[in-house]
Amino acid sequence: MREVDTRGFSCPQPVLMFHEAVKDNADEPLDVLVDNQASLENVTRAAQKNGYQVTAHDVDGTVTRLELRR
Amino acid sequence: MKNNFFATTPGIVVVGAIIGLLAILLQKFGNPANMGICVACFERDISGALGLHRAAIVQYLRPEIMGLVLGSLIASIVSREFKPRGGSAPLVRFLLGIVAAMGALVFLGCPWRTILRLAGGDGNALFGFAGLAVGIFIGTLFFRKGYSLGRSEKQSTMAGAIFPLLIFGLLLLYVLFPQVQGQPQSGPLFYSVKGPGSMHAPFGASLGFAVIIGFLAQRSRFCTMGALRDLFLFRYWHLFLGILALFVVAFGLNAAFGTLKLGFAGQPVAHTDSLWNFGGMVTAGLAFALAGGCPGRQLFMAGEGDSDAGIFAIGMLVGAALAHNLGTASSGAGIGTYGIHATVIGFIICLAIGFAHIKRA
Repeated sequence: MREVDTRGFSCPQPVLMFHEAVKDNADEPLDVLVDNQASLENVTRAAQKNGYQVTAHDVDGTVTRLELRR
Repeated sequence: MKNNFFATTPGIVVVGAIIGLLAILLQKFGNPANMGICVACFERDISGALGLHRAAIVQYLRPEIMGLVLGSLIASIVSREFKPRGGSAPLVRFLLGIVAAMGALVFLGCPWRTILRLAGGDGNALFGFAGLAVGIFIGTLFFRKGYSLGRSEKQSTMAGAIFPLLIFGLLLLYVLFPQVQGQPQSGPLFYSVKGPGSMHAPFGASLGFAVIIGFLAQRSRFCTMGALRDLFLFRYWHLFLGILALFVVAFGLNAAFGTLKLGFAGQPVAHTDSLWNFGGMVTAGLAFALAGGCPGRQLFMAGEGDSDAGIFAIGMLVGAALAHNLGTASSGAGIGTYGIHATVIGFIICLAIGFAHIKRA
């Protein structure tokens, strides 16, 4: 399982990190950790635009794990 | 996300339209022309009201700035998004704030005012907007190379509350020492008796409208810099549609109210030096991009507990004071004595910061 940890970053870095991660390997499942609502929305929007199904799981009230699947 | 209409594309369009509407109404109620809301100009006026600079025509404790922060604070508390955080290269952000304000005051406006000036028919703002786009584009080149100021960390509630508390303090000062008609001072505060600083909407409208804008902007993540950046980086139109809506509504209302004045010469609080209208905003745009938000967005993030954004905003307050004390700020008559110097030095500082924070080869 690949995981991208965007905690502590604000836009545009989480979205850039998502793009970087899927650039050469779009079909492998990817989890993205986000710790703020704006990043959650931005990464979700970017992933959906790129054909991913996004499921959000609350980790500890602050951090959310976004499961990106094709 | 499903509970947040404002984070959808129709949502951001609605928010942009409301900002356009309220900005034009603030102009109708007394704010200077094409300056219904300008974060850079209003921070400059606050800087003057506090005596950080003594340019007599631009001194007024603009309640709009307080409203923008408080609106965002309220929205972030209601939505449980108030998160004290910081520690991502604070001094770098402070410096970027200084450079951003000085660049913006060569052009005479932040990105919001750039759009409002365009919507009022001010052709000089075409050069400002082009400069803004070029500055942000340069910023995206840094991001593509791995530019980052590093992660922020969770901080104490107090650390996140300091900026909103400072804002409360300013509001208290305003209420305790209101403007006395025709007097340049009231208690410790300075008030312009002529010039742009003397032109303002009533306190209630200024504060109330700005609280609404701050609330909506926090929910929608409205950002003018982000609008262009996301377009350049990802071809995402989401935020751009928000600023487009702002422009369309403001333009339409100017046309309806008869305040649309197409042309270059004699535009309100503007000059016609195209090269430095462009250059000032290249510098400012790059500084906004490297700092991660336009001046408005920085206020909204500061309102939700981001002390790094608060430091950027204080940097802008200081930068605005420096711009007037050092003669780098423009006026309707043209650019300041040292405006070109500030623009070029600021640009070099941004490049240095950009190159120094590229994390991977």
